[in-house]
Amino acid sequence: MANKRKVPALNANSMADISFLLLTFFLLVSNMDVDSGLARRLPPPPQSEEETSVDVQRRNLLIVLVNAQNETMVQSQQGSEWYATAEELRGSGGKVPLKDKVKEFVLNISNSAELPILTEEDFGAPIGIVPVTSQHVVSIQNDATTSYKAYIAVQNEVVRAYNELREEGAKKYFNTSYEELTEDQKKQINDLYPQRISEAEPKNYGGQ
Amino acid sequence: MGKFNKGGKKQMPALNSSSMPDIVFAILFFFMVTTTMRSETLMVKMKLPTASEVQKLEKKSLVTYINIGPPMDARLGTGTQMQLNDRFAQISEIQDYIAQEKASMNEADQPLMTVSIKADDATRMQYITDVKQALRQAYALKISYSARQGDN
Repeated sequence: MANKRKVPALNANSMADISFLLLTFFLLVSNMDVDSGLARRLPPPPQSEEETSVDVQRRNLLIVLVNAQNETMVQSQQGSEWYATAEELRGSGGKVPLKDKVKEFVLNISNSAELPILTEEDFGAPIGIVPVTSQHVVSIQNDATTSYKAYIAVQNEVVRAYNELREEGAKKYFNTSYEELTEDQKKQINDLYPQRISEAEPKNYGGQ
Repeated sequence: MGKFNKGGKKQMPALNSSSMPDIVFAILFFFMVTTTMRSETLMVKMKLPTASEVQKLEKKSLVTYINIGPPMDARLGTGTQMQLNDRFAQISEIQDYIAQEKASMNEADQPLMTVSIKADDATRMQYITDVKQALRQAYALKISYSARQGDN
């Protein structure tokens, strides 16, 4: 057998069909949508039987109350504001938007005695030592019959306030937008404006 | 200029499609890598609330889902129900569920576990609060209120 026989070429025409079939299968059984949401951290459960409550000075506390009619009341020592709808939360109808209230509360630029205490803290270069309201707490309270939608709308506005503060901080200290900061720089900004949101247990104000 | 149109009836050469499987396989691998399998069929109806400040939940293997809403099957009524892993459950079962999910995770990943609460936007907060309290008891402290990206 001196003559070499050529191996016949494999017919790979159907390969495309087979792989298309696999592709279709994966397209059908998989889902691409990435879940997104508002991230929160819950406090650990109370260790003892009696309720462990933390005393917060009244001036350090901003109470955001969502009632059974899905209306929102914001209360600090400076006074209170009432929002009847989600549109009013964002500033329609001549109301001060909730996020501006929260920003004013967190920043306390005017060093008012009715807004949180300013303490000087070092955040490292290039921020340096700046006065911040490290004790402030935004307390979001809700009624047992508050709808989830209204609650999320309020949460969203509070988170928006913090995000805008961080964006402004990034512009001021790093001269760029928050998105473009490195992880370390983001951490510095996050330490400068920590999200101090407390979700209290609901109270039955409105009745069932 | 007689270069073109020699006049002869030339047959069009067959298109070489031998690289077609390679291309399709490349697409296939892309889909296999970027997607996750649908793990459960939804048994509750839910219309997620919209929010503008949502963050994406990365690392799907670290996320545990709690679905809350009225049942799809109208015979089961319109009350709020909770679905854990393909079946309806009571709030008291959350602790066991979380412990079970945690145990199935890599030990290094356990502190990073995130619970995504996917609730219908008409749910009463009482229910959500009960779920939150149960999650606190189960030490699943990283949570995420699932919401769609919206313009509000």
